[in-house]
Amino acid sequence: MAIGAKDVKHVAKLARLGLSEEEITTYTKQLNDILEHMDKLNALNTENIDPLTHAIPGHLNVMRPDGVREGLSREAALSNAPQSNERYFKVSRMVGEGEK
Amino acid sequence: MIYAKTAHELHQLLIKGEISSKEVVSAVLERIDGVETDINAYITINEEALAQAERADRMIRDGKATPLTGIPVAVKDNMSTKGIRTTCASNMLKDYVPPYNATAVEKLIEAGAIIIGKTNLDEFAMGSSCENSAFKQTKNPWDLSKVPGGSSGGSAAAVAAGEAIMALGSDTGGSIRQPAAFTGVVGLKPTYGRVSRYGLVAFASSLDQIGPFARDVEDAANLLSVISGHDPLDSTSIPGKESDFSLDGASVKGLRVGIPKEFMTEGLDPVIRDAINRAAQLLEDEGASVKECSLPHSEYALSAYYIIAPAEASSNLARFDGVRYGLRVSGDNHTDMFIRSRQEGFGPEVKRRIMLGTYALSAGYYDAYYKKALQVRNLIKQDFDHVFADFDVILSPTTPSVAFGLGEKVDDPLSMYLSDVYTIPVNMAGLPGLSLPFGFNNGLPIGVQLIGGLWQERKLLQVGKVLEQATGYVPVVPERGDR
Repeated sequence: MAIGAKDVKHVAKLARLGLSEEEITTYTKQLNDILEHMDKLNALNTENIDPLTHAIPGHLNVMRPDGVREGLSREAALSNAPQSNERYFKVSRMVGEGEK
Repeated sequence: MIYAKTAHELHQLLIKGEISSKEVVSAVLERIDGVETDINAYITINEEALAQAERADRMIRDGKATPLTGIPVAVKDNMSTKGIRTTCASNMLKDYVPPYNATAVEKLIEAGAIIIGKTNLDEFAMGSSCENSAFKQTKNPWDLSKVPGGSSGGSAAAVAAGEAIMALGSDTGGSIRQPAAFTGVVGLKPTYGRVSRYGLVAFASSLDQIGPFARDVEDAANLLSVISGHDPLDSTSIPGKESDFSLDGASVKGLRVGIPKEFMTEGLDPVIRDAINRAAQLLEDEGASVKECSLPHSEYALSAYYIIAPAEASSNLARFDGVRYGLRVSGDNHTDMFIRSRQEGFGPEVKRRIMLGTYALSAGYYDAYYKKALQVRNLIKQDFDHVFADFDVILSPTTPSVAFGLGEKVDDPLSMYLSDVYTIPVNMAGLPGLSLPFGFNNGLPIGVQLIGGLWQERKLLQVGKVLEQATGYVPVVPERGDR
């Protein structure tokens, strides 16, 4: 399942990750090497084997009472924002903007 | 020398009033001054450490000392510390100051421990050598031309070099045990769910677990006691588990020990194979029975891990978008801002794993890679279930070799990944794993690993204690930089 530069660009777009032309060349080669190694999994018959997402048996949905409790103050929540005013995070205009 | 003592030794001196926490912290800070330019274990030193020591000294005077009160503990820089910069060794978070503490950090502070500083790591805990840090290269205190291991290499090196008495790390595929082995200290990866992950910056959520570094087993047990326990803020932390890791009466009489034959093959350095055989002999001499066991799917663990962990990482790291925290690089529009911020904020290994994970989860490949990897994960867990039906503990190498050279594997990601081949299966099955220092080869430490069934940390620590006693183990701190 070899991947090419075009696939790498597509995946980078899905991940919202900017890559230089040089990085695209490097990652195309390295991802192919790594995926080739992964292909050894295909040698295993996993028919009728359940996928295991979580290693601790029986621990699935965890509920808590839907009550009010103290959270971060607005000031603390905004303290690391790259751009904010005193009430909210600021970003550039999004509505009416086409994606490139 | 104060900085070379264990926490339990210092605790005795502290409660007898023979030494103050302020003196302990000063001694460790002085040691940091002396060796840090060589070792580079820390990203940030806590400027409040001496003030925290005064508080600890008051606790001791008031008779409220715990085994950790007044003890300097280093914390890996991917755990949130309120008011202390937490960078994950990434340009993405280089100015991030958390507004809250991770639960494990909160528990340390409650116990009166001193947060001495925040240690270096591979960026976002992705790596095995600390070479993926955006800021500095931590070096192995036993040989400055070697890596300290990773990703918790700063924590391991700090404890090994006397720049901290104990430390916290996190282990997703071996990130506590591998650097512990490379630097000659004790490192424990607890059962998944034993320690709250609240405030730990997530890498692969189904595998990540916080655990202790220490100079001996007793200290590791005491540190684990403090940080473990159910936390309502982490829905994957498990309630109702004992947190008594007492080593009293440690014995291996009648203990059934298995050595996985798949781990003792050609990829293993003969020096480490010899160490395993010596450990096995010692355990037999102490009354255990040691036999070969089999983990037939372990050779597939690495491949499955490098699908599952990057898949979870690609999802977890989506939160770094330049909006609420972290680096923002402005762009032509909103999407362009995301793309540029992530391009500049993340380093090469993080990008590689985001790419790998995004690919494995993308339409058309999900079944072939991600689902397949989860099925293999189940086979690996079943292997362990079978072994633990007949054995109490697994004895194995921690790493295939002793610490490798700086730069040696940096251009070959696959060979770097292979250094975690004996630790990864343990995370896949959620099990506890303990790496113990077990002698040296040409001046570099060797580690052996003990693996237990779910919640069997106490058993592992007791076996570790027996091995320490049988070898007459005394922790050693290298003299480098001593003034």
